[in-house]
Amino acid sequence: MEVFLQQLINGITLGSIYGLIAIGYTMVFGIIGMVNFAHGDVFMVAAFVALVAFLILTTWLGISSIAVALFIVLIVAMLFTSLVNWIIERLAYRPLRGSFRLAPLISAIGMSIFLSNFVQVSQGPRNKAIPPMVQGDFVLVTHNDYAVTLSFKQLIIWGVTAVLLVCFWYLVAKTRLGRAQRACEQDQRMAALVGVNVDQTISLTFVIAAALAAVAGTMYLMYYGVVSFSDGFVPGVKAFTAAVLGGIGSLPGAVIGGLLIGLIETMWSAYFSIDYKDVAAFSVLAITLIFLPQGLFGRPDVEKV
Amino acid sequence: MTEGAANQRIDTVAALRDAAITTLLAFGLFLPLIGFHTVTNIRNELELDTRWPLLFSIVAVVGVARLAYSFLLAPWLERIKLRPMATTTPAWRATFGKWFVPFCIGFVIVYPAIIIAATGFGGALKWVDNFGIQILIYVMLGWGLNIVVGLAGLLDLGYVAFYAVGAYAYALLAKEFGFSFWILLPLAGVMSSFWGILLGFPVLRLRGDYLAIVTLAFGEIIRIVLVNWVDVTNGYAGISGIPRPSFFGIPFNANDDGFAATFGLEFSPIYRTIFLYYLILALALLTAFVTVRLRRLPVGRAWEALREDEIACRSLGINTTHTKLTAFGMGAMFAGFAGSFFAARQGFISPESFTFLESATILAIVVLGGMGSQIGVAIAAIAMIGGTEIMRELDFLKQIFGESFDPTQYRMLLFGFAMVIIMVLRPRGLISTRAPSVFLKEPKPVPVDLVKQGHG
Amino acid sequence: MTIAGDILLRVEHLTMRFGGLVAVDDLSFEARQGEITALIGPNGAGKTTVFNCITGFYKPSEGRIGLCHGDAAIWSELDALTDSGKRGITRGDSGLYLLERMPDYLVTQNARVARTFQNIRLFPGMTVLENLLVAQHNALMVASGYTLFGIFGLPSYHRAERASVEKARDWLNRVGLIHRADDPAGDLPYGDQRRLEIARAMCTDPVLLCLDEPAAGLNPRESAQLNELLMSIGNEHGISILLIEHDMSVVMEISDHVVVLDYGIKISDGAPDVVRNDPKVIAAYLGVPDHEVEKVGAEIGL
Ligand SMILES: Nc1ncnc2c1ncn2[C@@H]1O[C@H](COP(=O)(O)OP(=O)(O)OP(=O)(O)O)[C@@H](O)[C@H]1O
Ligand SMILES: [Mg+2]
Repeated sequence: MEVFLQQLINGITLGSIYGLIAIGYTMVFGIIGMVNFAHGDVFMVAAFVALVAFLILTTWLGISSIAVALFIVLIVAMLFTSLVNWIIERLAYRPLRGSFRLAPLISAIGMSIFLSNFVQVSQGPRNKAIPPMVQGDFVLVTHNDYAVTLSFKQLIIWGVTAVLLVCFWYLVAKTRLGRAQRACEQDQRMAALVGVNVDQTISLTFVIAAALAAVAGTMYLMYYGVVSFSDGFVPGVKAFTAAVLGGIGSLPGAVIGGLLIGLIETMWSAYFSIDYKDVAAFSVLAITLIFLPQGLFGRPDVEKV
Repeated sequence: MTEGAANQRIDTVAALRDAAITTLLAFGLFLPLIGFHTVTNIRNELELDTRWPLLFSIVAVVGVARLAYSFLLAPWLERIKLRPMATTTPAWRATFGKWFVPFCIGFVIVYPAIIIAATGFGGALKWVDNFGIQILIYVMLGWGLNIVVGLAGLLDLGYVAFYAVGAYAYALLAKEFGFSFWILLPLAGVMSSFWGILLGFPVLRLRGDYLAIVTLAFGEIIRIVLVNWVDVTNGYAGISGIPRPSFFGIPFNANDDGFAATFGLEFSPIYRTIFLYYLILALALLTAFVTVRLRRLPVGRAWEALREDEIACRSLGINTTHTKLTAFGMGAMFAGFAGSFFAARQGFISPESFTFLESATILAIVVLGGMGSQIGVAIAAIAMIGGTEIMRELDFLKQIFGESFDPTQYRMLLFGFAMVIIMVLRPRGLISTRAPSVFLKEPKPVPVDLVKQGHG
Repeated sequence: MTIAGDILLRVEHLTMRFGGLVAVDDLSFEARQGEITALIGPNGAGKTTVFNCITGFYKPSEGRIGLCHGDAAIWSELDALTDSGKRGITRGDSGLYLLERMPDYLVTQNARVARTFQNIRLFPGMTVLENLLVAQHNALMVASGYTLFGIFGLPSYHRAERASVEKARDWLNRVGLIHRADDPAGDLPYGDQRRLEIARAMCTDPVLLCLDEPAAGLNPRESAQLNELLMSIGNEHGISILLIEHDMSVVMEISDHVVVLDYGIKISDGAPDVVRNDPKVIAAYLGVPDHEVEKVGAEIGL
């Protein structure tokens, strides 16, 4: 029971990170119908930017307040990653919009390879470890020497994720941008005709996706304290799984899918086999797509003849 | 005249502004990861270095490149666009087209001889192995995947799994039971094919990108199993000491019963390499030949029809499940052949050789080549694989950039970059026509704009 | 022996629901051997849905769709077949099929019902000739020994392929597209595409041809040509046609029997001139309640 509780806490933490990345997949898929393969690597780049920013702040500027440092790191990572994704969209995807269906996918895969190798070349292939940013935890329950703990790190992740999701929800549900996005999802040409700036809306979608991935990247760095150039692919695929599980195109679906994938993964590692934990996520992906292609919250895709 | 001049002036301003913006963006883009460098010091702590000169030179290069684009490339592209399109293909193109394939086949057959003549026995090894065999493996894989993606329009991102099945099937069976290469080659093909059909079955209902993602998941699952099922596969450490193929029973070694001794030659590793070269060439040509044949058979036409419109296929009484499965099985079979060849050539395999990157590379080759076009796939394989192999050879760059410069590091970086660039420039691939499989009077190539890409 | 006028297709109590929407509601009608049966009705009446049920693309919520090959006497076994749970039975040359139990491709392959689509579905990147060869897939598949003989280039397969090309050539001549045989289907003008789709359906050797708005988008000349083509398909080949059409001139001119649908319900069924004068039909097309038909009709000068 205690193990379960602890895994629940860990799973929700991991799931929050997946959920933040998953939103990026779902939004981009919703608006231009493309699996943005490079999104996982954008997340990884964000983690590296957070790393650099953190090092500048702590070792050069000597900022000792972790709260301030974390806040600045978060902002820097969000800004920079948004810029990266904005440029990627401009260069690699926009010229291919409306052309051959496979072209954007290949372009995205190429971009993914490029990003991970760019980081490898510019920052070196080794794991980058930093001293723990945040330490300490609450002990929730103790039973037979097994303490169920909720660490401050986890609490921060929960808090930041929750706050950002509220902001984000407000953005897409209540603002002009959100309406423009939904219009573009339905029919880009029609949206353009009624005066929606489609290019700008799509660009902003990539920017928001990147900002959320940047939050996820920063949280990832803070949580694990280590990052490497190859850390984009697997979390990326898992987050995509989360998006699919929740129903691609559905924003609450992405978050809930993320939590579910996080929980499945931690539970699987705890109770079955840690070696095969990625198999669990990939199997969930395959099984969902085969038996429930529209996901938990997605609209069914009817084949009209 | 004055109007043109005015245009020119406005262009200059715009170009300068664009270049300035691009430079600024590049600065922002490269600042964190190029301007700063995270290094682990002796105490195993992470420290920060700066690389301002590098950052500024890269930013400057980007800015200059943008200017060059505005002033040189863009006007040139504009002029090309304005030039009237030739409506009839010139005669030389037709002749060229007719002789191109025979010429290429002739060339690859004499390639080892040319290389040996040019570089001698010692130097030839590298050229036949890295450029010949390595490229041909990808050509064969590309042609195999082309059946699935290019003809049937089924997007498969896990193709490398079948390559792995073939390789492990050969490695394990050859080591355990000592079967010969020639028995195991078809066996590996059958096993891969079986896996192709097995994995194909549940995912057939899926369409488009979803299919791609599930095949990716399957590919990764197979790889993770290879990593973790240590008892059988030896995990990350891989399987070594895999029996090498023999020349119809005569081993390639320095012994008295070896190939060199038997034929009264001086021992050299090149003989095995040349033998392997012709082996993979034969396998690749077999793939091409079978595909060409299949395209003219009802299955092949059904594959292409499936890519064009699945619902119409069903309305014509075509069992689309079987049709898709045959495509999956056929593609997987060739991957299995290639896999067992790969294991036999390397003598060592590990899960590292079967990552997602391989699948992505093969898919990229198919798409860059122009879906469905065999010549295109071959050209793309030569360009992409040959290009990355060439990167290993560019030692002279050390003289420019200093001793610590290692060009091989940049292989995959440029590879990814090239994928993006080629897609942006030629989203339809290099060869953008489809040859009809049958004709009444004369075969007219179908412009690829009309060809659908499948949704499954 | 098939006799013109025997029942070929029998649709009974066909109902198709999409969630809460009842697209087809308890529809029953019959189509006869060698006749052209038209299915008409306002937009959204459920005509295409009926086609999709007949051709196996949709599984009906309720109802039975029987189709008979050869001797109509086999209809007497319909109830026994239904109870047996099988998809169909054959007795010598005759056969009886329950289409609602068959997947789409078997409806064409075994029950030999071919169809066209409201929004043309050709293989645009394949040539006209290739389109017609794909339609002969099943026959060619057998001839190629399920690919095995074909791969080795056995002469028996070559003969079969030549025969298929000849058949395709025949149909191209009939629909006047022979000069475009080697062009990509996607390059043809709209009217030609419609005719090609019909030729392609005919290449599957159907007993029943289902055409979904074949005259849509055709100009009057093309439309007249189409009428001739359809009549000749019926007369020369003894093939029955089920036709969805909005163009009343086409319907009235060529059909032997008309079924009218409105909101999924059959509102009229009979010979063309009977249906034409049925007040319910007029009401449905004008979109007014029955009792106002005369008034509105007078207003617009009917
Ligand atoms: N796959 C489906 N899912 C949900 N509703 C459907 C589906 N197919 C058809 N419908 C609905 O069933 C009703 C009948 O549609 P149908 O296409 O059969 O009409 P139709 O008579 O062919 O009209 P038209 O003359 O416009 O072609 C419509 O309301 C349509 O929206
Ligand atoms: Mg309709």
